[in-house]
Amino acid sequence: MKPTSIRSVIAASSVGTMIEWYDFYIFGMLAKTISTEFFPEGDPTAALLSTLAIFAAGFIVRPFGALVFGRLGDLIGRKYTFLLTLILMGGSTFLIGLVPGYKSIGLAAPILVLLLRLLQGLALGGEYGGAATYVAEHAPAGKRGFYTSWIQTTATIGLFVALGVIMLVKLNMSDADFSSEWGGWRYPFWVSILLVIISIYIRLKMKESPMFSKLKSEGKTSVNPLKESFSHKANFKMVLLALFGAVMGQGVIWYTGQFYAQNFLETKCNIEFEQSRTIMLWAIVFATPFFVFWGWLSDKIGRKWIMMAGMLLGILTYRPIFNTFLETTNVKNRVAADEWRYMAQSDTLAEETKVYGDSLSIKSYIVKTSTRGSYHVTLTEKKGQAAKTEYKNIKLGTFDYWYFIGLVFILILYVTMVYGPIAAFLVEMFPTKIRYTSMSLPYHIGNGVFGGLVPFIGLLLTTTFTKDPLVGLWYPIGIAALCFLIGTIYLRNKIDKKVTD
Amino acid sequence: MSAIKKYLGIIWLLIGPAVIFFLIYGAVLNIDPAGKKDINNPIIWIIIITIFTPIAIGLMIFGWYAFKGEYDHLPESSKEIID
Repeated sequence: MKPTSIRSVIAASSVGTMIEWYDFYIFGMLAKTISTEFFPEGDPTAALLSTLAIFAAGFIVRPFGALVFGRLGDLIGRKYTFLLTLILMGGSTFLIGLVPGYKSIGLAAPILVLLLRLLQGLALGGEYGGAATYVAEHAPAGKRGFYTSWIQTTATIGLFVALGVIMLVKLNMSDADFSSEWGGWRYPFWVSILLVIISIYIRLKMKESPMFSKLKSEGKTSVNPLKESFSHKANFKMVLLALFGAVMGQGVIWYTGQFYAQNFLETKCNIEFEQSRTIMLWAIVFATPFFVFWGWLSDKIGRKWIMMAGMLLGILTYRPIFNTFLETTNVKNRVAADEWRYMAQSDTLAEETKVYGDSLSIKSYIVKTSTRGSYHVTLTEKKGQAAKTEYKNIKLGTFDYWYFIGLVFILILYVTMVYGPIAAFLVEMFPTKIRYTSMSLPYHIGNGVFGGLVPFIGLLLTTTFTKDPLVGLWYPIGIAALCFLIGTIYLRNKIDKKVTD
Repeated sequence: MSAIKKYLGIIWLLIGPAVIFFLIYGAVLNIDPAGKKDINNPIIWIIIITIFTPIAIGLMIFGWYAFKGEYDHLPESSKEIID
């Protein structure tokens, strides 16, 4: 295949997949505003719909989408299937941005948003397998890891674009304008339609995968891909091996490095909005090229040990890294002599106390330091209760800021190690006629279910074992360790040069 | 190596039911209609247990296959998988 042609194949597949990730992420990132707008507190039906929108989309509908579109991709072809997932995803994202709020149309609003969110989950479940298969089936034997690694960059670039677009919109308007019924939070949803139209145009011009076309012309395509994938023992045992020996661990490393880390910086370390996001953005910029590097390297030395090394590094270093985040932002570790108290409003050297009657007083000020940044302090004293001190909006000093970028970069580097080679690894595991179906299901169970459960199990552990603030990390560490063990013992490091069969 | 693969299969076989047990135990312990956290919400537990039960059964099947020596030899070509 000509270099220009393979470049267009990679570009057409990657851009579309990146847009799908962007669409999926913006809902999660704007969850707080969406919740206020569509799922108000006090309405139990709306609360139930909200729970379903958040949990069912990732845990149930994504794997279901993998089955539906995987089957379709093995029956009618890769090109039209991943074109359909793109249209579904782009259309539902755009429509979420058009649904009037709960205040205007009542319960119809959360019901519509739930349905559209479920459609998003369904589309995402079908997209990845198609894109990875499509690129891999165009790639020459010695470059499959390198070429498919471009698809692997899309989930992280999608996160980058989603973070960037939301931040741009939010920084250019007041909080009230952003959060109002037809406010700025809807812009990222509307932007999606432009991106999707461009991507559909590019994908329409592409041809079907040569391997699938050959199978089709010979009449050798699968008649029942679901049955052949999951009822035939020889293939089903490979599906199980892919899930428990590779994708399960990859899913938790992927989620912890990108989403858990961001949430941790914001909620446990109390780093202010802009810094917590720019830390992620810089780390993503520096780490993203490594997806391609590990993909390229996997063509030389095999896929297995790169993925296993990423898991092992996560297992060994997660706790020290997250502990450093906590300790560095713990204001009790600061040197008091280096601190000055400022009023929040006027920026003058002082502190402000508001007294409400004779039972409540709230003292607030900003602490600024010469090198360690600043933070907001609120001291609440209520009669009959112990005084409560809260530290918010921590702004890191320059050194700590770049130090944090370095640590998040390391976390995302692990993501690139486990995620960069995995498309080629999965493609090589299954035969062409049932490849789309067979690789999509373990991928979405690993990422959607095992990865998606990181915050929930984290909360469960934190609530049960209250003394250790890092206890939530035992879930990703445990799953990665189990996967590392299974992968090391049962997987082999062979590169399958022939995926045409 | 084949013996390690085989006997570890028993462990994978046992982890499956253990996961289901701990999920149900966690649900019983944490579901609280008055609570406001995600872990107090019965719907979330139902979704998680529903999706995790077949996965845990999958792990048991994986363990069983390992114990039976199904992973001693991995397929060299797709022909071995399709036939």
